[in-house]
Amino acid sequence: MRTRIIVFPGSNCDHDAMHAVRNVLGERDTEFVWHKADSIGQDVDLVILPGGFSYGDYLRTGAIARFSPVMKAVIHFANEGGTVLGICNGFQVLCESGLLPGVLIRNESLKFACKEVHLTVERTDTRFTNSFEKEAVIRIPIAHGEGNFIASDEVIADLEQNGQILFRYCDANGNITHSANPNGSRNNIAGIINAEGNVMGLMPHPERACEALLGSADGLNVFESLRDFFDTIPATQTERFTTVAL
Amino acid sequence: MKYYAYIAIERKEAILDPQGKAVEHALSSLGFREIENTRIGKLVRLAITASSPEAARAIAESASEKLLANPIMETYSVLEISDEPVLHAAEWEING
Repeated sequence: MRTRIIVFPGSNCDHDAMHAVRNVLGERDTEFVWHKADSIGQDVDLVILPGGFSYGDYLRTGAIARFSPVMKAVIHFANEGGTVLGICNGFQVLCESGLLPGVLIRNESLKFACKEVHLTVERTDTRFTNSFEKEAVIRIPIAHGEGNFIASDEVIADLEQNGQILFRYCDANGNITHSANPNGSRNNIAGIINAEGNVMGLMPHPERACEALLGSADGLNVFESLRDFFDTIPATQTERFTTVAL
Repeated sequence: MKYYAYIAIERKEAILDPQGKAVEHALSSLGFREIENTRIGKLVRLAITASSPEAARAIAESASEKLLANPIMETYSVLEISDEPVLHAAEWEING
């Protein structure tokens, strides 16, 4: 799995993502790409937009990173069917760039939320979630001040109807309640996928929950899902992108 | 010719505005009970080289749409195109 991790000025989870993919998962062909690059390179399988505070969250979270030179290549890659994973600030960048719908605004509590949360895994038939057990309840940390996902009623209805919501905040027993919602996100949304199924954004940090030593290894399933996906599909990029739906 | 564009960006009514809320509480505790629905937005000033104020306004509109405001949660309005870096709000006609 050839993975490229985009580094913006202010990214601070880029090394966590590198550690998860290269050291824990053992995928050695994993490199950083500085935001000023005008290409992500050839035959890339996965692009990760990591967490952090790109451009100091100036103007709006993700709004300036979205216009970094490398984003032209990332948007082209995504539009051609390439796999893109945005974590935390990466999710915010994906929303600002229009690759995912909606926007992430200030937490309802007005507080920065830094803690472990429980999530339901809503679907296990996507390239990002195929390694999870069906109806799993997982434990992954969050660390954000602006993770409150909003969109128009029509967009929320579409997301629900198309099964584009992959993770929701829940309590330890998997109940999706208001008190288990750490930021006020509509419908307890923690992570979504685009309609084509190749772009996912989520606020929780799977890369920070990949080793039991750190309290939870539930997040590793996201990276294992992606590896399994790339291991079991046709070898050439063209075939990959045209033969695999989700 | 250089023009100065002043652009106001506001969160839509339905969007939470924690700064506005906090300031409103502070105003209320100072005794300003008649003030409500306090909202805090952004004022952006751009220096634009253009052939006319209309051309400068068009550039300011385009910049607002592309980057300065996110239409999902914000609205913007180009308040003024001025030939000096001063907002002339005091000279605006106040209706009512």
